[in-house]
Amino acid sequence: MELQLTEDQEAFVSTTRRFLAAECPTTAVRALELDPAGFDPEVWARGAALGWTSLLVPEARGGGSLSEHGLSDLVLVAEEMGRLVAPGPLVPVNVVAETVGRHGSPTQCDEVLPSLLDGSAVAAWCGERPVPGRRDGDRIVLDGTSTPIEAGAQAAHLLVTVDLAEGPTQVLVPAGTEGVAVTPLAGLDLVRRFATVHFEGAAVDAAAVVGRVGDAAAAVDRQRQVACVLQCAETVGAMDQVFDMTLEYLGDRYSFGRPLSSYQALKHRLADDKTWLEASHAIASAAARAVAEERADADEMVSAAKVWIGPHATELVQDCIQLHGGIGVTWEHDLHLYLRRVTVNRAAHGTPEDHADRIATLLMGVPA
Amino acid sequence: MTVNGNGNDTGAATTEDLEPVEDFRARARTWLAGNMPPLGDGWNDRSDERRERERELQGRLWAGGFAGICFPKEYGGLGLTTDHQRAFTAESAPYDMPFSLNVPTLGILAATLVEFGTHEQKLRHLPPILRGEELWVQFLSEPSGGSDLAGCLTRADRDGDVFILNGSKIWSSAAYASDWAMCLARTNWDVPKHRGLTMFIMKIHQPGVTVEQIRQVDGTLEFCQEFFDDVPIPASDVVGEVDDGWTVASRLLVHERLAVGGGSPYTSGASASHDSGGADSTMVDAAREAGREADPHVRRLVAEAHVRQLVAGQLVRRITGGMATGAMPPPAGSIIKLFGATNVMRRTEIGLEIAGGSVVAWPEGDPGVGAQLGANSLSRQGVSLGGGSNEIQRNIISERVLGMPREAAADREIPYREVRRGGSGR
Repeated sequence: MELQLTEDQEAFVSTTRRFLAAECPTTAVRALELDPAGFDPEVWARGAALGWTSLLVPEARGGGSLSEHGLSDLVLVAEEMGRLVAPGPLVPVNVVAETVGRHGSPTQCDEVLPSLLDGSAVAAWCGERPVPGRRDGDRIVLDGTSTPIEAGAQAAHLLVTVDLAEGPTQVLVPAGTEGVAVTPLAGLDLVRRFATVHFEGAAVDAAAVVGRVGDAAAAVDRQRQVACVLQCAETVGAMDQVFDMTLEYLGDRYSFGRPLSSYQALKHRLADDKTWLEASHAIASAAARAVAEERADADEMVSAAKVWIGPHATELVQDCIQLHGGIGVTWEHDLHLYLRRVTVNRAAHGTPEDHADRIATLLMGVPA
Repeated sequence: MTVNGNGNDTGAATTEDLEPVEDFRARARTWLAGNMPPLGDGWNDRSDERRERERELQGRLWAGGFAGICFPKEYGGLGLTTDHQRAFTAESAPYDMPFSLNVPTLGILAATLVEFGTHEQKLRHLPPILRGEELWVQFLSEPSGGSDLAGCLTRADRDGDVFILNGSKIWSSAAYASDWAMCLARTNWDVPKHRGLTMFIMKIHQPGVTVEQIRQVDGTLEFCQEFFDDVPIPASDVVGEVDDGWTVASRLLVHERLAVGGGSPYTSGASASHDSGGADSTMVDAAREAGREADPHVRRLVAEAHVRQLVAGQLVRRITGGMATGAMPPPAGSIIKLFGATNVMRRTEIGLEIAGGSVVAWPEGDPGVGAQLGANSLSRQGVSLGGGSNEIQRNIISERVLGMPREAAADREIPYREVRRGGSGR
């Protein structure tokens, strides 16, 4: 996170941290391992009451932020959740809430936003890769598959990008619509649930279109950016926590009559890890600022963050596991919860390799 | 009170008195267009002609009222903030600037002088420095040991109003073409090593000082070794207190890490040292030269090199910002230094990979980008050694940023004359 926060943000971080420590310690995360939803709806609703789902929604639509840009506040929540590998569909709910708040019709806002904002319902984002679709009179018919979709099986609303002749179009599809089948998936993270969403002749009417038909390209870019920024903030929070745990452990643990932290070989490793960690904070914050301010370099900064943070996060956590010794590869130690989360985040919403190619395209164009 | 990146008052009483940054930026833009030459190919040239040219460019900045943006007004600077400096640096990107004056003269030695110099010392040296008339270097490392800076053997023995300097220093950049130095010497052998050192200001070219140039792997002759033979230094040229030179040297090193990392408030214009692993356009050019723009592996490498530069810039911003507010301790400058050095290592490796076989041979007189990347790689480790090796930075980060136990030292708390020493070859 940024080294300098406003007073409001400091207070917000401290409230969020206290709440998460009380409600979502890693024991609670472990208890949700076999839970189909992977989060406790009651805790999620209380998080929503703290602002977790309203920061990207305009005040007129029932939201509101502490700073000029709500995303600067929301990344603080993401980072705190990363510190405790907390459960809850922060990314899809906020991506959908922001899109509906910005581009949704008054009816869509009334139907979707209140339940997302109070946490009584969640939404899923099937927006990254368009689903094939066609017009059938006033209706839009979807035929295709979206996967892996976070909270797909828990969502009341699906925000789907449809590939129409007019161009990419986004529609809100209520869960349970005829022709929509959701298959929960098993996954690497203990509590983050993904699903495959199949659309087989699923039809929605024109009122389901968010924004204008054929005009969703910019909205999809923005959604991808917001998702990546939140994900990177969460990963950096997880890295920060693992680093702190390891630094403390090396001070407490003795071998050959001296603390592990007194061995130069290990000190140098932590110096490298600290350097990567600070670099990860720096680029995550830069990406968050660029996206919050909707700057022209937002795409570049987001991809830079994804390229840098993904592999450094997994390497840092793996290195910290090494520094913990045998206990680090046991189920009982929390380190694997963090490794699971940062590994999933590395690969979701574009791998580092995908984002590297986006950067290469910016620098050199598309390969002939 | 306006505070710069080192927590020092830059001389401005209140921020209200200052020219708004955007006004300053607009004024700078106009002035630069009318007075500074466009950036050409020679900016990274290390020749003596180039050095003299940069003195002249610095003189232009002074004449135009844009020299020493964050230096105190009292000593010829503008007394403005790092925001003003950043704005000027951004505006100056298309122009040729006195880049090499940034490190070490402005960012390291002048910065240290601002912090520790007496009023008279500052009055005597800062204005000429800002006019480009005085180039400075540091005399710290010695042939007997690089990293153990406080294990210094060069001695300064007091004789009334002067100190008599004897010994040798090494790895000073372009000392032969510079004018003044800060020199760390031992003034007391009966106390532990850190407590018997004194920092001096000294004129480089004077009787008793011999400067030898050292040929580097890339053929350049920039680094020097100096030999001192009964060189008298007036007591008025002591920086800080007698026997408290380590305090000055430690801060000098902090300034060095900041300046080399690109985080100094006292440097102006984009620092050249960041790109010594090959600028982005170099990587793209190398990929094109090798006909490999569509190779997915090469595209990934070009992207990685670019991402590393973006991350480096953001890291500097984060750490220097944190140091200014106290959120980061001063030793955190070592994070910037270590990142910068490992970044050059990796980027150099990327350059070699992209360049492929073109590093091997080229038509006489017509070296391509690949040839340049290959030659650059020969001095890759230089940036990981100069200004404190990566290993020393890792010690600093682990001990003074993370609070891990200090390394055992066999020379702690005993008089320096009793400390065991090895050979003294260079």
